[in-house]
Amino acid sequence: MSDIPGDLKFMASHEWVRVEEDGLLRIGISDHAQNLLGDLVYVELPESGDDILREDACAVVESVKAASDVYAPVSGEIVEVNESLADSPETVNESPYDDGWLFTVRASDDSELGQLLDAEAYQKSIADEDD
Amino acid sequence: MPAHTPLFEQHQSQGGRMVDFGGWALPVHYGSQVEEHHAVRQEAGLFDVSHMTVVDFEGEGCRDFLSELLANNVAKLKRPGRALYTCMLAENGGIIDDLIVYGRPDGAYRAVVNAATREKDLAWIRAQAEGTSVSVIEREDLAMLAVQGPRARDAVHGLLDDADRGAVSALGRFWAWDSESLFIARTGYTGEDGYEMLMDASAATRWWEQLLEAGVAPCGLGARDTLRLEAGLSLYGQDIDETTTPAESRLQWTVDLSDNRRFVGRSALEAQLEAGVPRKLVGLVLEGRGVLRQGQTVVSEETAGVVTSGTFSPTLKQSIGLARVPVTTGDQVAVDIRGREVPARVVEPPFVSAADS
Repeated sequence: MSDIPGDLKFMASHEWVRVEEDGLLRIGISDHAQNLLGDLVYVELPESGDDILREDACAVVESVKAASDVYAPVSGEIVEVNESLADSPETVNESPYDDGWLFTVRASDDSELGQLLDAEAYQKSIADEDD
Repeated sequence: MPAHTPLFEQHQSQGGRMVDFGGWALPVHYGSQVEEHHAVRQEAGLFDVSHMTVVDFEGEGCRDFLSELLANNVAKLKRPGRALYTCMLAENGGIIDDLIVYGRPDGAYRAVVNAATREKDLAWIRAQAEGTSVSVIEREDLAMLAVQGPRARDAVHGLLDDADRGAVSALGRFWAWDSESLFIARTGYTGEDGYEMLMDASAATRWWEQLLEAGVAPCGLGARDTLRLEAGLSLYGQDIDETTTPAESRLQWTVDLSDNRRFVGRSALEAQLEAGVPRKLVGLVLEGRGVLRQGQTVVSEETAGVVTSGTFSPTLKQSIGLARVPVTTGDQVAVDIRGREVPARVVEPPFVSAADS
């Protein structure tokens, strides 16, 4: 059973979004996604200052067996990326919602956040996927 | 629905992550592909490879038949139990499959061919056998296990009865022991020492359980792929196929041209060798960040090549791959990884040999 924290928003493609106190959005991949991918060996992140567009591929997580795109949950500007993943990509497996975060974004359109799934809807989308 | 091997229940109950692997439901891993990889390099691992195709050749004239079917020479199998790695070629020299053929008593032979090529191989073999007295028998009744790693042989020896133990312990590499209930060969696909074992499907469960009890780790096909790539072994359908010849694939050593024996593909292969082999299969070690993957373009001063297999090597902790490149390619190339040109060093496989790990 995957861990799905109730305070996060999700995309059906398994990215999570946490709204930080300063209004920035922190983004990572879900516990379910890291479990599906298996041992991560490389993470390719965007650069600070990059502009990203909602639903565009903006990062790549690679497991031993395959590379998978990470899609932007919202449009905006990359503020910070998790540099520590360069040397320890396995952190995403070990701590997908905390130490294994990927990047933070300053959203350009707050309404996009409303289009994401809440924890319950994400749980349902995973269950449908497994069927 | 994918076919089940006799060990399907075991895979499920032991937490195998099941995938459809060429029409067979098989575990890709049991939790961590990387841990299973290390288990084989450091201790011993167990693979269900019952999806592989076992074909027996019986009847008059098997040796002559296989001598013409296969590019390596079965005359080298002077005694029952000897094994030979070989390619089976098309008339144009392309590789129909790579396989191991074993000599058996009374002029019979056994071949183990790839799973994904089962239909194609059997159709080809049966067409070649038409009009001969050779019987081609697919052994769907057999299960196959691979036990690999530095502790693999000891683990197996402990489960054999006294009569078999003596014979199996004495097997050299690329030799097999053929007893009534067990066919066991000192061969494998991981670069480690160990055995590939064939037994009646009904006996496979007992072997599986006993090997796990003996401390051998169950391993999925994911680890099998990273292990074989570290060992520099080709995967049919990725590194070699009908559009490539042995000379372009680091497999010329398996082609026996030492006498005038006629075999399928010989004249095309000789013509290619005489005209000059245009491409070669090389090992790559990625020097920048990223992971080599099948299909990526290899960029060098010459025309482009292509990565045929790529992965992250759990042993070396860097990315390695095989690539087919122009024969003039030097020792430094770049690989296009999603629009980034990442430098890679051209090396001679294996990337990892059993003694290093």
